[in-house]
Amino acid sequence: MQHVLRVLRPEEYFIVDEPYYEPVGDEIAVFEAAYQNGLPILLKGPTGCGKTRFMEHMAWRLKRPLITVSCHDDLTSSDLVGRFLVKGGETIWVDGPLARAVRAGGICYLDEVVEARKDTTVVIHPLADDRRVLPMEKLGELLEAPDTFCLAISYNPGYQSVLKDLKQSTRQRFVALEFDYPGSALEQRIVEKESGIDEGRARQLVKFAHMTRNLKGQGLDEGASTRLLVHAAKLMVSGVDPVVACRSSIAQALTDDPDMLTAVNELSASLF
Amino acid sequence: MRRLTAVELEERLDVHLDPALSSRRTAARPAADLAAFPRRKQDFVLHWGAVIARDNAELAYQFTAFAPQAMALMDLESVESWLLYAMDLYDKKGQMPAIRAFQEVADFAANQQEKLAGRALEDCAGVLERFVCGLNGRPLKILAGERTFTDTETCFLPPVVGRLPDKEANFRLYKAMAVHQWAQNWYGTWRGGVLLEAVESARLTGADLALVHALEQVRLDACIARDFPGLHRDMAALRRALDPDAGEADPHWRALVAPLEEPRADVGVSLGLAARLGARLPLPCCYRGELDPASVRSRLEVRAALERDRFRIALAQLLEDRDGAAPGEDRPEAETLPETRERLGIRRQEDPDSPDGVRFELFLDGNPVAPPDDVISTMESIIQDHGEIPPEYLVAAGPGLYRRGVGGEAKDADSAWAGAYHEEGAFLYDEWDMSRQHHRKGWCVLREHEVRPEDPAFYHRTLRKYGGLIKSIRRTFEVLRGEDRIIKRQHFGEDVDIDALVDAYADVHAGLEMTDRLFTRLHKDERHIAVMLMVDMSGSTKGWINEAEREALILLCEALDTLGDRFAIYGFSGWTRKRCEVYPVKRFGEPYDDDAKARICGINPRDYTRMGAPIRHLTGILAEQEARTKLLITLSDGKPDDYDHQYRGEYGIEDTRQALFEARREGVHPFCITIDEQGADYLPHMYGPANFTVIADVTRLPLKVSDIYRKLTS
Repeated sequence: MQHVLRVLRPEEYFIVDEPYYEPVGDEIAVFEAAYQNGLPILLKGPTGCGKTRFMEHMAWRLKRPLITVSCHDDLTSSDLVGRFLVKGGETIWVDGPLARAVRAGGICYLDEVVEARKDTTVVIHPLADDRRVLPMEKLGELLEAPDTFCLAISYNPGYQSVLKDLKQSTRQRFVALEFDYPGSALEQRIVEKESGIDEGRARQLVKFAHMTRNLKGQGLDEGASTRLLVHAAKLMVSGVDPVVACRSSIAQALTDDPDMLTAVNELSASLF
Repeated sequence: MRRLTAVELEERLDVHLDPALSSRRTAARPAADLAAFPRRKQDFVLHWGAVIARDNAELAYQFTAFAPQAMALMDLESVESWLLYAMDLYDKKGQMPAIRAFQEVADFAANQQEKLAGRALEDCAGVLERFVCGLNGRPLKILAGERTFTDTETCFLPPVVGRLPDKEANFRLYKAMAVHQWAQNWYGTWRGGVLLEAVESARLTGADLALVHALEQVRLDACIARDFPGLHRDMAALRRALDPDAGEADPHWRALVAPLEEPRADVGVSLGLAARLGARLPLPCCYRGELDPASVRSRLEVRAALERDRFRIALAQLLEDRDGAAPGEDRPEAETLPETRERLGIRRQEDPDSPDGVRFELFLDGNPVAPPDDVISTMESIIQDHGEIPPEYLVAAGPGLYRRGVGGEAKDADSAWAGAYHEEGAFLYDEWDMSRQHHRKGWCVLREHEVRPEDPAFYHRTLRKYGGLIKSIRRTFEVLRGEDRIIKRQHFGEDVDIDALVDAYADVHAGLEMTDRLFTRLHKDERHIAVMLMVDMSGSTKGWINEAEREALILLCEALDTLGDRFAIYGFSGWTRKRCEVYPVKRFGEPYDDDAKARICGINPRDYTRMGAPIRHLTGILAEQEARTKLLITLSDGKPDDYDHQYRGEYGIEDTRQALFEARREGVHPFCITIDEQGADYLPHMYGPANFTVIADVTRLPLKVSDIYRKLTS
């Protein structure tokens, strides 16, 4: 593998090659319209169904840098906005990713936003309504967002605990786009395109995904996502035995329960 | 040690076999047989004879009589599994099957090898159930049965499969059996009632039915080969190993069954072919089992009625959503509303995006509507049975159907089903039998019963009585409550720690190394505790103790409410293994409100203290809670005890101890507060040395309980 290491500042991360994305409905048109009108966007959907890929595709389409923040429960507002650091005996201000995105007029994508603490999500409120400003309390400044700036957040309504629901005051500021696993034929095409696997194998993989989705609620929290299917397909293209590929890239990723693992492995073995 | 003589043996056997002996049946014969064995084996028989006699003297006699034969055939370990197998049968099915098991010792010994290599259904039912559920369609239950068949909701499989030399191969045979039964359901052996009709009109007799089944198997195997090549490979390999001379390769036979292997073939093709073939004998197949039209019919009838009603109610719902008013309100008696028929429609559509290639779409007033998920699964189940949504289903339910309830009446755990013999709607729990050193499977029948709320006067009286104490409890517990606090001098945090920065600055100027601990961080100290209070409601608590228990509960609840810890209160009581009871006073998630307070006042003494099953039940509830610390606190007044003498004493203590072990394995910390002065004698054994408190004076219970809780959780 030849690789030229590129080190980029987040706001310079422009996506040059078109990321592969198969539209399921009119999500691209809706996103573009929202973007033109300066409205923030909320992506809902289960894990691995293409939310992040959609964001990359849109960033490419709109030719804006994409700054992604994966939220976690220790994420504080200063992690987003910025903080003072001590450097050489002086305190200097360092912008957080959200402030950088606003300054650069890029797209800021807060992935899995409900994972962040509730007080953190509040800092995006002024950015997410018609004010479109980011207050930087510690600097005593307001950062006004240029027209090209766009805020997008994602969340998975499926598995998170009730404690981590998105607040009404947050969600009601956004244009919401719902994502789900694509239909069988489309999903098969995606698996083929992403991995270069042949049609028959791709069909079997999609069928296997549906089997695991049958088990949702019967002991599995989630069925296999499209992303997992692509992983399995890539392994298979590299010459890994299909049953082994499904076991290591799908079954083990879905569950730790030994009975469930055996059942899922038997399901994949029944297809290949 | 010296070998015992026949006379000595008879003397010892007489002691515990006495109730089963008579003038015609003495222990002389078994004693004489046993005299030939070495002392170790003699002791083994004497020991187990005594253990079994505690349950049933007749069985003990049978065991003793057949033990010599058993020991001649098998080693001691196998003899032990033979007697445990018989005792399990006794627990589950009663005396006769157990006696038979003892008598058939030779069979057991012969099957021993098979049993060692075989798979027990118990061990793999969970995997099979999930596997079949994953394949497609309606989930099927897996149960052990004497015959191998499906009633379209359950797969009945043999309890043990040992036809193949190793466990893995035997599992594959199980899988093949389950898949064949699933295939009957999914690929439509019973669809549309075609086969059932043929059987009921007496066109098909037993032998013909077997032939139809064999042809169906060919058809289903072809379906499986198309959809699940891996599975088909496995099943074909099994047939090669187990049905070597099945004669499938015969070209004449192949030509005959070719139409069955067409993708469009259905059960009608099998029926037609069977009629032409006449009295031909079906080929053997290791995983086929049999067809049982009668049980399918009875299942189907219940399910069809249920799903038809559910579907019609769902249609009424859709109409209501569309019109903004419930249909047919003017006719409270009507079960269906025929005028809705023409507004509804259903269409079958080819759809490459659905996993099966077709989709059924529901139409209301000519526009497609999307029913909710539960209705979709009802529709799928109907389609699985009928191949379509029958036109007569397409009519909305009227108010009469709502009132009657779906598919007959609902079952209520408190009414007829509360009796000792109906185990429906109840939870079954294992119990530890110390003398057997084994669990008795599904031995205890446990139910949850409502607690009737009582006048909350008792609550207010308690608050007045302990007014000062409650204030101080609240104060102490408020201190305990986790508060947000700012920690200084951190590596990272939300804010700069100015003090630290000034110090660091000074350090740098003095030429020292500068620290990087320059931030303050907000630390959230959340108490992450779930507490289950398990309250003794046995008859012995009557009077003072019960009152003290309730007072203690009220004080503790006040404390817990201040603290914000999640808690639940369950009472427990019981009367033999068939009637273990728990009484939810306050569940997790329910608020501590007036209703909960009234239910605390309604805690009344009832029967006995069979503790194992309630502990197992409450552990299960507690384990579902998401909390870092899970506490199970028992308030009790004495040892585990029950109406039957067996549970009393050591047996009960050991079972409770085992249940607590299991709880600890689930991450639950058990703790016991007792007023039994003798508690210190047995509680360390059950709960561990530091996990209990004995309160000698009942009146001090309310004062102490909150105190204990504070120490326990801080």
